[in-house]
Amino acid sequence: MLELIQKLFGKDSNSSKDIAKERLRLVLVHDRVNVSPQLMETLKDDMFKAISNYMDINEKCMEVNLTHTESSVTLVANIPVTSMKRGAMSKR
Amino acid sequence: MGEVIVITSGKGGVGKTTTSANLGTGFALQGKKVVLVDADIGLRNLDVVMGLENRIVYDLVDVTDGNCRLKQALIRDKRYESLYLLPAAQTRDKNAVTPEQMKQLCDELKQDFDFVIIDCPAGIEQGFKNAIAGADRAIIVTTPEVSAVRDADRIIGLLESEGKHNPKLIVNRIRPRMVKKGDMMSIDDIIEILAIDLLGIIPEDDYIVVSTNRGEPAVVNPISQASTAYKNIVRRLMGENIPLMIIEDNTSFFNKLKKIFNL
Repeated sequence: MLELIQKLFGKDSNSSKDIAKERLRLVLVHDRVNVSPQLMETLKDDMFKAISNYMDINEKCMEVNLTHTESSVTLVANIPVTSMKRGAMSKR
Repeated sequence: MGEVIVITSGKGGVGKTTTSANLGTGFALQGKKVVLVDADIGLRNLDVVMGLENRIVYDLVDVTDGNCRLKQALIRDKRYESLYLLPAAQTRDKNAVTPEQMKQLCDELKQDFDFVIIDCPAGIEQGFKNAIAGADRAIIVTTPEVSAVRDADRIIGLLESEGKHNPKLIVNRIRPRMVKKGDMMSIDDIIEILAIDLLGIIPEDDYIVVSTNRGEPAVVNPISQASTAYKNIVRRLMGENIPLMIIEDNTSFFNKLKKIFNL
């Protein structure tokens, strides 16, 4: 009931300006880092190549994304490892 | 030696031309010698907002092409002492001018005027690059909308990469009632996102439409809220410390009375 009254008086808890702010924040993270989908793909390829020297990974299941926290941008990679390469350790 | 200020925004329709006209006229009312430069080549509008559309003989491209002297292209506004307009060309496009030519033009105007106000076209292409080329400082106009703030952010980045640091922000068309309801981003929200200095806020004001209809900048009307807001910005740009105006919606006795009688 109270909720209905609040809604009637326009005091919606999920106000549209908060939605606007959140959407802006997300869109700006991507704008500011200036990451094109191609760039993300190239990065993914390079990461795959580098990691493949040490372990077998499944490229198809590899996920690389930019996520944002309150004040920073983080690169989050989720890379399932199939197996370790035996030779990798002894090479060093 | 004067100062060149570019009014820019990225997004169209947020009030660059209105802001240019009002700040320019505001400076003139303060006794400063000002020239308004319409850098929107091909889509000139500052002339109609200023009500000077019938007095154009030469334009900006005529000057840069050498068809006339700079002084011949400047239109003197007869209503306000010390206010001039350099109109944009209407039949040419943005590539008719280069950033080097604009810089040279600004340098020349600076010798004669206290303030050179450049009305930048929307977008981030050639027209934008031309408009900012000769600017000493930049003012970004935005409205409390996702698209406008996003474009403002992009412009801040582009200005930075062109070596124009510390642009100042004007938030235009604030509607206090909607902000209060939580249905419009507040000044604080926008500043938090863009992280730049606030120069001023302009309330949504019906009188802007009236003034544009008449070709008379709102800043000359003493009772319009937007007028006061623009006057404050002018004084801040002149170095005065003026607090932000508190935009209240229909709180004055007069406004309440108007509301009661449905005026």
